Amino acid sequence: MSPKTLYDKIWDAHVAHEAEDGTCLLYIDRHLVHEVTSPQAFEGLRMAGRTVRAPEKTIAVPDHNVPTTLDRANASTMTEDSRIQVAALDTNAKEFGLHYYPVSDVRQGVVHIVGPEQGWTLPGMTVVCGDSHTATHGAFGSLAHGIGTSEVEHVLATQTLIQKKSKNMKVEITGKLAPGVTAKDITMAVIGETGTAGGTGYVIEYCGEAIQSLSMEGRMTVCNMAIEGGARAGLIAPDETTYAYCKGRPHAPKGDEWDAALEYWKTLFTDEGAHFDKVLTLRGEDIAPLVTWGTSPEDVLPITATVPDPSSFEGGKAGAVQRSIEYMGLEVGQKLSDIKIDTVFIGSCTNGRIEDFRAAAAVLKGKKIKEGMRAMIVPGSGLVRAQAEKEGIAQIFIDAGFEWRLAGCSMCLAMNPDQLAPGERCASTSNRNFEGRQGYQGRTHLMSPAMAAAAAITGHLTDIREMN
Amino acid sequence: MEKFNKLSGIAAPLPLVNIDTDMIIPKQFLKTIKRSGLGANLFDEMRFDREGNEIADFVLNKPQYRDAQILVAGDNFGCGSSREHAPWAIADFGITCVIASSFADIFYNNCFKNGILPIALPQEQVDVLMKDAEKGSNARIEIDLEEQTITSSDGEVFNFEVDEFKKHCLLNGLDDIGLSLEKVASIDSFEAKAAVERPWA
Repeated sequence: MSPKTLYDKIWDAHVAHEAEDGTCLLYIDRHLVHEVTSPQAFEGLRMAGRTVRAPEKTIAVPDHNVPTTLDRANASTMTEDSRIQVAALDTNAKEFGLHYYPVSDVRQGVVHIVGPEQGWTLPGMTVVCGDSHTATHGAFGSLAHGIGTSEVEHVLATQTLIQKKSKNMKVEITGKLAPGVTAKDITMAVIGETGTAGGTGYVIEYCGEAIQSLSMEGRMTVCNMAIEGGARAGLIAPDETTYAYCKGRPHAPKGDEWDAALEYWKTLFTDEGAHFDKVLTLRGEDIAPLVTWGTSPEDVLPITATVPDPSSFEGGKAGAVQRSIEYMGLEVGQKLSDIKIDTVFIGSCTNGRIEDFRAAAAVLKGKKIKEGMRAMIVPGSGLVRAQAEKEGIAQIFIDAGFEWRLAGCSMCLAMNPDQLAPGERCASTSNRNFEGRQGYQGRTHLMSPAMAAAAAITGHLTDIREMN
Repeated sequence: MEKFNKLSGIAAPLPLVNIDTDMIIPKQFLKTIKRSGLGANLFDEMRFDREGNEIADFVLNKPQYRDAQILVAGDNFGCGSSREHAPWAIADFGITCVIASSFADIFYNNCFKNGILPIALPQEQVDVLMKDAEKGSNARIEIDLEEQTITSSDGEVFNFEVDEFKKHCLLNGLDDIGLSLEKVASIDSFEAKAAVERPWA
């Protein structure tokens, strides 16, 4: 048998039907659903007289729209259209018998944090959701990607997706990371290297010592932004770290079933000599703490760099860089560490997990945020929030001057009231710095939780290595 | 779904790379529970100022492009979120074909579910069509999906690639779910086998 990549193995294990032209029906093990991209899909089912084929494999949680303020139980904290969307998810989850974590449930949170936390996401599975950051679940060695609403309806009705196989890409991060460099810097470094379209048509497998050394939280951060590089999905082969994370989770297998699962999971690695269509290798030691300066996630530079000159870019990118610099209100040649900020957002499916909060708390302990700074920390789930309170780090944030919020997507995409005002500049641990992403005319700089915490203290983009 | 076969229409030039789905339809319009009506807010933040007035130099506000049915754009069109509201807004505006040198994967797939034909061409061919589009409403570009050709207003013909299955569905306006449910026996037997082999899944 010819050697297979991890992607090949998961793909082969899920083909329910293959047509002559290679178009497949890929079986879906887990379907995650949230309130924004699903109402039209459920409506489509009803209109066609169809039902949900596998409600036991379908997990619903409201996250995009929900307020994160402590008074959110009060319905008036939501706009009418948001309230209708969340109510529609409530109704659909109940009517079709889905697993459901309503806003009032302590387990509620960002769908990509809830899935792994509850043990729904396991190695070797196929996982989809009407959200591009579904790539997060690839950290477990599961094939996970975002889909549109028509595809949500297709999965609800058939528990399959119409797919053609993508190409294989290997991204290897060798060696060890330098102090102050995190999983966020790895994933941003890769996008800086490939560009936002460099992964289009590929499934990426991240490997190498620097990846293997990451916790599950760090691996989820890396895979989360595979989509920002254009890839269909990002994968990391499961290992002892993965098994240890999964064991004992509410929906993970138990007893003999756990043993059988473990035996299977141990076959999920890329065989020696398997073919990759594209390979990228970065040295872990070469990665610096990074920030974005522009309006595309590929606009990445080390914090020690300066705002680039549009004329140093080629083709259509030169014009895009010019537009970005104007939108961001920056000067060519300006030191990135001189850029002043007025808002800090720590949270999102990229960096809203307990390890991210521990890293931010380590920087903030005993310190205060800059006067006039608006700083917000939003847990990825109610359980992350509870854990942070138990560990005493929530108090560190509160003492430093951060708003300590309830779980949701919040200012990552600003569909709820957590938004930037025009011209406001944010140090953000989220995943996208697009124009208007965090609010109309808002300006976003992406970075790691520790870097965002440092910026909250100093009031400008800051090299974490220079913080005491 | 609407069928797509031939199209002869005005093409609007939008020569920006990395046009993301937040630009195509900003998040405040994702709070709908319907698919229709989003065309009014297509490219909202580029098209309108905060008071809702049109920004005169945005391409779709120019008189010659108000009835555009084709969009010619820069590399990596549709990157970012999976929101199908992006193709819903494009189709609702009346655009049924987007031409670019590359597309983001999820957006590309979403187009085909909504009667929109996304065409990826080499950059130099996109450049030719971009120039053609800049001529305004006198320059009509012709698309023939069956023949997989684009004809510029000067009569220059380019061939394009499209997946056979996607083409078939678009030409005939077919519903994916209906087609997949015809293979329900395969899904049933896969599911039965998987339940034995991977009962935890």
